[in-house]
Amino acid sequence: MADNSLTFILFATIVAGTPLIITALGELVTEKSGVLNLGAEGIMAVGAVAAFAITHHSSNPWLGVLAGAAAGAAMSLIFGVLTLTLLANQVASGLALSIFGVGLSAFIGKSYESVALKAVPALRIPVLADIPVLGNALFNHQALVYASWLLFAGIAWFLYRSRAGLILRAIGESPASAHSIGYNVIRIRYLATIFGGAMAGIGGAFLSVFYTPLWVEGMVAGRGWIALALVVFATWRPMRVLVGAYLFGGVMISQLFVQGSGIQLDVPAQFLASLPYWATIIVLVIISRDINKIRLNSPVSLGQPYRPDA
Amino acid sequence: MPSFLPRLEARAEPSEAMRYASPLIAVALTLIGGLIIFAILGKNPLEGFRVFFLSPLKDAYGVSELFLKATPLMLIAVGLAVGFRANVWNIGAEGQFIMGAVAAGGVALVFFGRSSPLLLPAMVVAGALGGALWAAIPALLRTRFNANEILVSLMLVYIAQLGVSWLVHGPWKDPEGFNFPQTKMFHDAALLPMLVEGTRLNAAFVLALGALLACYVFMNRSFLGFQMQVAGEAEAASRYAGFSTKRMIWIGMLAGGAMAGIAGMGEVAGPMGQLTEHVSNNYGFAAIIVAFVGRLNALGIFFASLLMALLYLGGEQAQQYLSLPSSISKVFQGMLLFFLLGTDLFVNYRLRFSGR
Repeated sequence: MADNSLTFILFATIVAGTPLIITALGELVTEKSGVLNLGAEGIMAVGAVAAFAITHHSSNPWLGVLAGAAAGAAMSLIFGVLTLTLLANQVASGLALSIFGVGLSAFIGKSYESVALKAVPALRIPVLADIPVLGNALFNHQALVYASWLLFAGIAWFLYRSRAGLILRAIGESPASAHSIGYNVIRIRYLATIFGGAMAGIGGAFLSVFYTPLWVEGMVAGRGWIALALVVFATWRPMRVLVGAYLFGGVMISQLFVQGSGIQLDVPAQFLASLPYWATIIVLVIISRDINKIRLNSPVSLGQPYRPDA
Repeated sequence: MPSFLPRLEARAEPSEAMRYASPLIAVALTLIGGLIIFAILGKNPLEGFRVFFLSPLKDAYGVSELFLKATPLMLIAVGLAVGFRANVWNIGAEGQFIMGAVAAGGVALVFFGRSSPLLLPAMVVAGALGGALWAAIPALLRTRFNANEILVSLMLVYIAQLGVSWLVHGPWKDPEGFNFPQTKMFHDAALLPMLVEGTRLNAAFVLALGALLACYVFMNRSFLGFQMQVAGEAEAASRYAGFSTKRMIWIGMLAGGAMAGIAGMGEVAGPMGQLTEHVSNNYGFAAIIVAFVGRLNALGIFFASLLMALLYLGGEQAQQYLSLPSSISKVFQGMLLFFLLGTDLFVNYRLRFSGR
C-alpha cells in the first residue's frame, strides 16, 4: 500500500515537472546566447491552445505537439524581431510577449473551452517498468515525458560537448569577440531564441494535450515564470534544471502528499495551490543571496542588446 | 557596391520628436492591425472598427464609462512609472491591486453599517497600505537578498489571486449570497460618491487626476524624482553621484504598490460594491502597457489610459455585437505594446536610403 502511494507520488511529480523541464531547457539555450526572453508564460499559453486545437481537429497528438512548437517559434520570432533587429528592450519585449500571448490564447481558445480530448496512452517500457516501486513511476509514462529526458541529454551534450554549443556560449559571454572572429551574432541569437520558443510551445502542448487534456483559460498558471526562475535557480546548468523541475513538480502536486499521508489536514485548497509560487520566491532568495554565484554563472551579455558596428 | 536597401544609422542624439511620435505611430499601426484582424476573422473590417473603436463613445454615458475604466489604469500606471523610470521592474501590480481591494474591503466589512465620514478615507489608506505591503515583499527581497523583483512580484500575483479566492469562498463569503464566491454588498457609506448623476463615474477618478498631478510634481520638480530618472538612464553616473539604489527600489516599488492598492479600493468601493474573486480585470498588466505607451509621464499616462480603456470597452462591444470573445482586447493591448517597442527604434536610429 505504502509502495503504491510512493510510486504514485513519484509518477505524478515527474509528470508535473515535465512541462517545466521542456520550457526551462529551451529558455536555458536562449539565455546562453545572451538573450533574456521573459515571454515564456505567453508562449506556453499560445503553444498550449495551438496544440489543443490541432489535436482536436486532427485527433493526432503529435501533430498537436508540432503545432505547439510552431506557434511557440512564431511567438519567439516576434520577440526576436523586436529585440534583435529593432533593438528593443528585452525585458519590456518579453513582458509584452507574455501579456500578448496570454490574451491571444484566451481569444483563440474560447471556442475550445468545453471540448475534451482523448487521453494520450502511456508508453510502457518493457522489463524496466517491472522494477518494483520505481518501474511504474519512471517507465510507464506518455512518450513526451521520455522525450524530455532525451531533450535534457541532447542539450547537455550540445552546450558542453559540441562546437556549435561552444559558439553559442561564446556569443552569450562576449558577442563582440564572437563577432570579431566572424560569427554572425544576430543570426545565432535568432536561432537560439526560436529554439527556446519552440520548446516553450511544446511545454504548453504537454499541458493541454497530454497532462489535463483540456483547454482552460489561464491553465499555464505561472509555469512559464516558474521555468524562468528555474533557469536562475539552476545557475544556467542543464542538470540542475532537471533536478529543480522535479522539485517544483513535487511542490505542485503537494495536495497528493497530503491525501497520501492520510493525515487529516484542515488547510484550504488555495493554500496548497499557492505553494509552488512561495517555493519559487524562497528558491530565488536562497540562490540570489550570493551575488557572486549569479554573476559568475549567468551569461555575461544576458539581456543586453548587441548591434555589430559594421 | 551601392546598396538601395535602407541602412540603420545611429542618431547623434535621441530624437525628442520621435519619442512623442512613436506612441502615435504605434496607435495607428494597432488600428491598421485591428482592421486586418477583423478581416481575417471574417468580419467586415470597417464594421468591426466602428463597433470596437467608435460605438463605445456614441453617447455621454459611454464617455463616462471610458473615464471609469481609465481610472484604475491611470492610478496603477502612474505608480508604476515612478519605478520604471529608475528601472525598478514592478510587474506585480495585479497582485498589489487585489491586496488593496482586500484591505479596503476588509475595512468596509469590519465597519459594516457604520456611517462615519472617515470610513472612505480609511478605506483609501487601507487600500494603499495593502498594495504597498504586497509590493514591500519584492522590495525587501531585492534590496536584502538581490532576488529578481520581476519574478517575485509576479509570483505574488498568483498568491494574491488564490488568497482572495480563499477569502470569498471561505471566511468572507456572504452568508445570504446563494453560495456565490463574493462578500456582501458594502453599505452606502463605504461606497465612493458619484461624480455625475446617472453614470457610474465616481470619486476615484478625482483621486486618479490628483495622482497624475502628484506624479508630475515628483518627477519633474523634486530632487528625488531627478535622482530616479538619473538612476534609470545612467546607472553608473547615479552610483558615482552617491544616489542610493536601495532607496530608489523601495520608493519605486512602494509607489507602484500603494497606487495599485488605491486602484483596487476604487474598484470594490466603486463599480463593484463588493469583493469578488475576479476583482481585477487584468488592470495590473494593462497598466504596464499604459505606463510605457504614456512615456512614463503624467500627461502621456492620462491619454494612454483613455486609449487602453477604449480597448476594454471595445472588447465588450465586440463580444456583444460581433460575437467575438472579449479577450480580443488583450490581443490589441499586446499589439499596441509590440508596435511601440518596435517604433522606439527610431528614437535612437534613423534610416538612410543612400548607398555608400
